[in-house]
Amino acid sequence: MEFDIGLYSYRNRNGGHDEKESCANYRLGGVAMMPVLEVRQLAICFTEYTSGLQQQQIQVIEGLDLTVDRGKITAVIGASGSGKSLLAHAILGILPEHAEMSGTILYEGKPLDARKQLALRGKEIVLIPQSVEYLDPTMRAGCQVRYAAGGKRREAADKQRQAFERYHLGTHVERLYPFELSGGMARRVLNAAATVKGAAKLIIADEPTPGLPQQDVQEALQQLRAMADDGCAVLLITHDIEAALVVADQVAVFYAGMAVEVACREDFVGDGHLLRHPYTKALWRALPQNGFEPIPGVQPQPGERPIGCLFAARCAIATELCNMARPGVSSIRGGIVRCIHAT
Amino acid sequence: MRLEGLGLGYRYRNGPWLFRDVHLSLASGEIVGLFGPSGSGKTTLGRILAGYEHPLIGSVRVDGMLYPIRGYHPVQMVFQHPERAVNPRWRIGRILQESMLLEDSLEHHNWTATRVLDLLGIMREWLDRRPAELSGGELQRVCIARALAPSTRFLIADEMTTMLDAISQAQVWQVVLDVARARQIGVLVISHDRHLLNRVCDRVIEWPVGVGGLPVHETS
Repeated sequence: MEFDIGLYSYRNRNGGHDEKESCANYRLGGVAMMPVLEVRQLAICFTEYTSGLQQQQIQVIEGLDLTVDRGKITAVIGASGSGKSLLAHAILGILPEHAEMSGTILYEGKPLDARKQLALRGKEIVLIPQSVEYLDPTMRAGCQVRYAAGGKRREAADKQRQAFERYHLGTHVERLYPFELSGGMARRVLNAAATVKGAAKLIIADEPTPGLPQQDVQEALQQLRAMADDGCAVLLITHDIEAALVVADQVAVFYAGMAVEVACREDFVGDGHLLRHPYTKALWRALPQNGFEPIPGVQPQPGERPIGCLFAARCAIATELCNMARPGVSSIRGGIVRCIHAT
Repeated sequence: MRLEGLGLGYRYRNGPWLFRDVHLSLASGEIVGLFGPSGSGKTTLGRILAGYEHPLIGSVRVDGMLYPIRGYHPVQMVFQHPERAVNPRWRIGRILQESMLLEDSLEHHNWTATRVLDLLGIMREWLDRRPAELSGGELQRVCIARALAPSTRFLIADEMTTMLDAISQAQVWQVVLDVARARQIGVLVISHDRHLLNRVCDRVIEWPVGVGGLPVHETS
């Protein structure tokens, strides 16, 4: 796996941060431990050319707050296009060149700048990518993991063996090419490559489950759980709520580039009355096992974002007030929500 | 009308039989689920029923007619990955046109093209775009609209909503089920999500766990 995808420059402005909205105020559980990752008021916009030399700023993420604690799994769920993957890219520092980022990302209490990202990427901050397609198709599995381990040849081989053992991969798998691996095996090789250096503190898993058979899904999730129990902080990005709820400690729900709610896993029960935001409730009730009731409409397109609450157009309890301004963050029942009607 | 698979069997070259002796029957307006692990040949069976592949043994009939069928195929399929199911160089309008969905002369049903497009949330301005300009979820809606053309009698939905979020999934299924009921389209739902199958299907077929020659057992 190759993480040195090239360092793209972006402007990191520290403005726009409101002291009152500091994450310490609404961290779940209120444990006074320094979070591994703290995202404050993150905003990302893209500059696009519309016609000729006319440029347009398109906001894709705004006012995003998130904390990821040591030993915890934080799941990020939301529809495609809600900015889940962009968050991961922002943390890894691999945003495209025309993206402009503002807000702060703190890693172990210190700002995570471009230099630090370059130093930590692939070592302390690792990405577990989506599918087998991220493996080099012309390289044997063992070789790829040794390459990720780096260092001297023999040390790399030792580390690779240990990683394979940890993930119950037989020695014969070393000689297999990616196309010869089953879905579950490929996942284990990806995990082995991500954790082979043994220094990982923050693990970002981007959609680790779709397309896998049920058994492999469980296995992939349990491996994430094991990594968290070893003391890593895990950010699990997925659109599969069911999968997220199996292992996650807290769940952040994204809608159109904003974290509308951060809830505990225990809040997702019954008809969703413990959930705080109407979007989370709608998402929960749309699951085939809980009603299968869709709400009309689609997520607002980037570039057509309303001034008020982003969800107001599809919300059953929206009022005039919702369309006036973006709702602020409030803390309700140990969770965080961005809705003025939340109870 | 009835879509029937009679004693179907398939394997790649001289490999082991993916399945053998599979009998399957789907009536008009019936919604049937097919549940099983990945890599067991569910998709291949779907492709055979839709006429993309020929079974090595057995035959497929629509209303007693043997494959291949000339002209518009009454059995349409929606694939898991929409970006691989469309011509990337065609505009969305042309992709929909191909299934005769947008042809006025064929709009004698209650479910006219405009209605299907509206229900699936397909914007008019998308028609001038190319597939790469739409997101995966949007493109999947286009593929579903294309498959729900007026002459479609059976729909094979192969992991159709796996890549969509819960709300979009419920939206899409609501439309497909409404259209299927109103026009008496038979639907075969291939999925590994048991909750979804229990919710939308009249009956669910369990794909045998030990593949290779076992017949398909039915449970309801």
